Amino acid sequence: MENTGISLTTLTLFVPLIGMLVLLFIPRSQEHTIRWVSLATTVITFVMTLLMLAAFNSGDPDLQLVTYMSWIPQWGISYYVGVDGLSILLVLMTSFIMPSAILVSWKSIKERVKLYYAFMLLLQWAMIGVFVAQDLFLFYIFWEVTLIPMYFLIGIWGAENRVYAAVKFFLYTMAGSILMLLAILFLGNEGGTFAVPQLVEAVRNGTLQYAPGIEMLLFVGFAIAFAIKVPVWPLHSWLPDAHVQAPTAGSVILAGILLKMGTYGFVRFNLPLFPQASVEAAPVVALLAVIGILYGAWVSYAQDDAKKLVAYSSVSHLGFVMLGIFALTAAGIQGGILQMVNHGISTGALFILVGILYERRHTKALAAFGGIWKVLPVFGGLSLIFVLSSMGLPGLNGFVGEFTILLGAMGSDVLSFFFTFFATLGVIMAAIYLLYLFQKIFMGPVDKPENEALKDQPLTWQEYAALIPLLILVFWIGLQPAGWFAQMSASVSQLVAQIGPYVQLAAGG
Amino acid sequence: MENLAQLVPLVIIAPLIGMLINLFLGKYLGERGVGMVAIGAALIAFVVAVLLLVQQTATGYAPVVVEIPFFSRWIDVPAAALYIGWQFRVDTLSVTMMLVVAGVGSLIHFYATGYMHGDSMYPRFFVYLNMFLVFMMLLVTGNNFLVLFIGWEGVGFCSYILISFWWDRAQKDKQFGTVGWKNSLAGRKAFIVNRVGDFGLLIALFLTFWTFGTLDFYKPGEVPIQSVHEQTRVIEVVRTDETAPAPASPALDEPHPAAMGVFNQAEQMMAEGATVSFGSITMPIQTVLTLIALFMLLGVTGKSAQIPLFVWLPDAMAGPTPVSALIHAATMVTAGVYLIVRSQVFYHYAPFASGVVTLVGAVTALVGGFIALGQWDIKKVLAYSTVSQLGFMVAAAGIGAYTAAMFHLAAHALFKALLFLGSGVVIHAVEHGYHHVQHLKEGEHHAEHGGDAPEDEEEPFDPQDMRNMGGLKASMRRTYWFYLIGALALAGIFPLAGFWSKDEILAEGLMRGFVEGDLVGYIAFGLLFISALLTAFYMGRQVILVFHGQPRTEAARYAGERAYGMRVMVNVLAVLAVGTVVFGFINVASGFWVVDRIIRPHVFADWLQHTVVYAHPANALMGVAILAVAGAVIMILAARSIYLHRPVVEGDKDPLQVNPQTEGLFALANARMFWDEIYDKYIVVPFTRAGHWLADRLDSAFLHDFVHDVLLVKTFNGVARLLGRPVDLGIIDGAVNGLGRLAQAIAGPLGRLQTGYVRVYALSVFIGALLVIVLLLLPLLQVMGGN
Repeated sequence: MENTGISLTTLTLFVPLIGMLVLLFIPRSQEHTIRWVSLATTVITFVMTLLMLAAFNSGDPDLQLVTYMSWIPQWGISYYVGVDGLSILLVLMTSFIMPSAILVSWKSIKERVKLYYAFMLLLQWAMIGVFVAQDLFLFYIFWEVTLIPMYFLIGIWGAENRVYAAVKFFLYTMAGSILMLLAILFLGNEGGTFAVPQLVEAVRNGTLQYAPGIEMLLFVGFAIAFAIKVPVWPLHSWLPDAHVQAPTAGSVILAGILLKMGTYGFVRFNLPLFPQASVEAAPVVALLAVIGILYGAWVSYAQDDAKKLVAYSSVSHLGFVMLGIFALTAAGIQGGILQMVNHGISTGALFILVGILYERRHTKALAAFGGIWKVLPVFGGLSLIFVLSSMGLPGLNGFVGEFTILLGAMGSDVLSFFFTFFATLGVIMAAIYLLYLFQKIFMGPVDKPENEALKDQPLTWQEYAALIPLLILVFWIGLQPAGWFAQMSASVSQLVAQIGPYVQLAAGG
Repeated sequence: MENLAQLVPLVIIAPLIGMLINLFLGKYLGERGVGMVAIGAALIAFVVAVLLLVQQTATGYAPVVVEIPFFSRWIDVPAAALYIGWQFRVDTLSVTMMLVVAGVGSLIHFYATGYMHGDSMYPRFFVYLNMFLVFMMLLVTGNNFLVLFIGWEGVGFCSYILISFWWDRAQKDKQFGTVGWKNSLAGRKAFIVNRVGDFGLLIALFLTFWTFGTLDFYKPGEVPIQSVHEQTRVIEVVRTDETAPAPASPALDEPHPAAMGVFNQAEQMMAEGATVSFGSITMPIQTVLTLIALFMLLGVTGKSAQIPLFVWLPDAMAGPTPVSALIHAATMVTAGVYLIVRSQVFYHYAPFASGVVTLVGAVTALVGGFIALGQWDIKKVLAYSTVSQLGFMVAAAGIGAYTAAMFHLAAHALFKALLFLGSGVVIHAVEHGYHHVQHLKEGEHHAEHGGDAPEDEEEPFDPQDMRNMGGLKASMRRTYWFYLIGALALAGIFPLAGFWSKDEILAEGLMRGFVEGDLVGYIAFGLLFISALLTAFYMGRQVILVFHGQPRTEAARYAGERAYGMRVMVNVLAVLAVGTVVFGFINVASGFWVVDRIIRPHVFADWLQHTVVYAHPANALMGVAILAVAGAVIMILAARSIYLHRPVVEGDKDPLQVNPQTEGLFALANARMFWDEIYDKYIVVPFTRAGHWLADRLDSAFLHDFVHDVLLVKTFNGVARLLGRPVDLGIIDGAVNGLGRLAQAIAGPLGRLQTGYVRVYALSVFIGALLVIVLLLLPLLQVMGGN
């Protein structure tokens, strides 16, 4: 393959890294400048991704805005980035959430400010890298690099038990990654290249055929790494620790973006590279997904810590995403991808809300609150909307994703009716734990003087600025999702068409 | 005239704008301004609904599908042939609902300006009220099941937020701590129970989509085709691509994957005897329709408060009274009935499901009526009465009497709104009376104790308890008469609206059994007839307890209808009372003695039939009518003889409670047949316990602490120790000591991390990582330089 010129994707990818380098030259004492430079970097990155979206042709199912440069040619490794319908929205979401993450850190991060923002930008670079990398080796590097800043974000700026949580987070992801690395090396060796589009093409036209049993092994190698990240039940044990201990922005990024790296991985690698194994594994993965939906919701309801409650709700929500993906239908996968974005928005917002309360009251215990809507009416109203969004109220974003996923699962040829049936029960459970959360914090009489005092601490402009963009998307995706689906339509169609024969074979036989 | 139908989005947009104005500017507008904006929005919706009525009449009742320019697509996944548009529907059914919602809605907006006067959250209340109209209108005007579903869940949300409207009340409550907490629990319960129903509706929608490839009721320009079994019309085959409902590779901008809406497709598939495949299961279309209808029924039982999901509605009375009238009596709770009538084609071809619908409705009617007998709270009586009347409607829809169901829906909206609003006036009056008395008492107290009277620890006064009322007729004459009209209408007394509509349901039930030999028809008739008798009895009891006899408390003695804001409230009652008197004549049964000669019979049935093709006009059964009215009169007289002279006996007991023969029954009704207790014991508590077990035992203790901390970490560390010094130590010793050392080993550096060295550590790893990255990037730079 010929080397290409530098594309918009590459330019976008390196904006955060450049921002970080700039940051390193700013004296540590100029905290204000540091914050503004970070914010500016993330905003510029966002504008760049908008340009990418403008240049993106949604009718073309293949990779676009590609940069290809041979890197270690003797091993078939290349710097290969680009976007297609599977990734463009996730890149957009990443760059969209980061300014909010910076803004909520504005006042709450008071120590080692420079290091903190440097990590944030490094993290953004790696996350965008994960979503645009088209070379397995490059992907693996970005995947691992996301760990480092996140590890320190939790380990340094986290709560009391931060080190335990950070180490656990690191080790779990690492453990999964090692298997993935083996699979990657094997695959690269087998296919003669690490370039994903070439490998997919080889699988599609039969040039690359796996020995019996090997495909499933490779599938599992990738799947475990991704499943830990998602996290798929029962591999979620690291998640509550990481969330509860992470600073607000850390939780926002973790829930909003990092978890999506797992679900994205399934769509990007597992389905097209191992179609046969995907079809075979679909009922098992879907079963875990449905268990996750119900289990996460159920356990959420039993929490007495607001942040933990929201953390477990992620297990439930991402269960929906996994179910959609492994329905192996166009509706399911498109719903799944949109729901990744939706979850980033609504759960990200919920973590911001909990963070705002924590800032002021230094507790996350549900019992410590009550009647907050009375003292902070605008905040209460905003929270209600995000709670409803997370609950999947029709007209807001969450519903569109959930509905499309469940509809897709119902029409799936690899999953029976009962998957949809039990997954839909999650809709009831979501109402139970989210209304409980809202009632405990915002309703009831104001019976504690500490809460009464919140009257004097209205939201700052940074907090508004972090929430309002998310709010706009809640309504936009809820009311006019057609344009969002249109971005991924062609690529998903192509993916589904590729898996189609395997599905037919399984359903017919 | 055709163009007039394009106005239909206004019934949604007007309240939406009203809501936004009050949301953002409410606090600057003052009570008057807020009220005017909200009422204006509701009135615009009403005017538009009237214009649509004119439009439909003038254009020969042709249904119209309307889209908003630039806002027509909603969920559009071309690859999955999934297209759901923002489409609105003008036909006789949707216009009927619009008129009910906007008509009663406007009146209740007026009323609320008086009722909510002085509330600290006055603007917020009207924001919610307008928002409710938005969603309710979406529900009734949507041209597909998903727009309906937005409305469906949206009104559920409005209901939630309005039931818990007074969540900040700090007064003590025996059971829940504070009244505010109780209110918010009631709201939450309503939402969750409704979601159980929504779960069913969602499954029904999935099945519908995969059967028909669309969720649209009808496509633009499509007219409902009638049953082939009735042989009245020959079906014209409209569907052109029946062999390929979903093309293999749909064009990306193809907006309508299926050429026909779901109902005409259902007709056609029934005519063809088609089968439908879901994965490996293939079913005849009738089985599929039955499944859809049954799952849909679960949704109906949630929204329209039927067994087994009716338990939320009585608790919903925690909300302000205008909310009870508008949402929990007149409009939202009838959405389930509307859904069945809208989906009549499904139910028509699913006789088994229809039978279940009938039984659910009839049993609910009976249970609701029975529990209402034993309630003391004036609003709770009305709430259970609503449950019971919704049962009538659902049962009517189940036996295929769609006209009767819709007729009772509209009539009930009028007289039940009248009753609820009337009860609101009464409650307000008694509350005022109570405050008046308190005022006088305080004066005495001040005189006696010099001002520092202790908080009185008595049971808080309940202005909704009918035991605290009595004799209000004297001081509230207008309210009394209007209330009486509403009560008589509910009891089914000729010639009020409730008589006509309830009688039609009873007659249809009997006809169903008699003509078609359908046992379900007889059962429905029997249960509903008993429920009708109960209705007359509990309404008689209520009117007597509230208005007749002597005032039983000081508060009742000082109650009056002249306080500020009461005037507008009583005027609204007057309008509704007039409606209650005249509305019934809109659908006089044909063959009804003399009356059908004077007034054109079944006008409403004719109107509705243009949309609801399986609706039919009813024939009068004079025998049933006479029997029902006679029964109702007897029950009222019975209530009079029991309660008029001895309304409440010693110890705040009901006369039925002290009579050994009725004691048990009254206790059962008073305890609401223990539904809530049973649900608590067998569903809520186990659910919560299971949640805690999962969280504390399985997730925390097992997965988190044992699997991770013990199995993974300790094993790993233990193995590491063993491998490190395998020779020196015995295996067991090594394992045990190793664990201890390991803990130290971990604790050491971790401790440092926490005590300040972390910066050095972080920086070094950070620099290391950077180095690795740079090294990895170096070849890349070479490549770039080489180019």
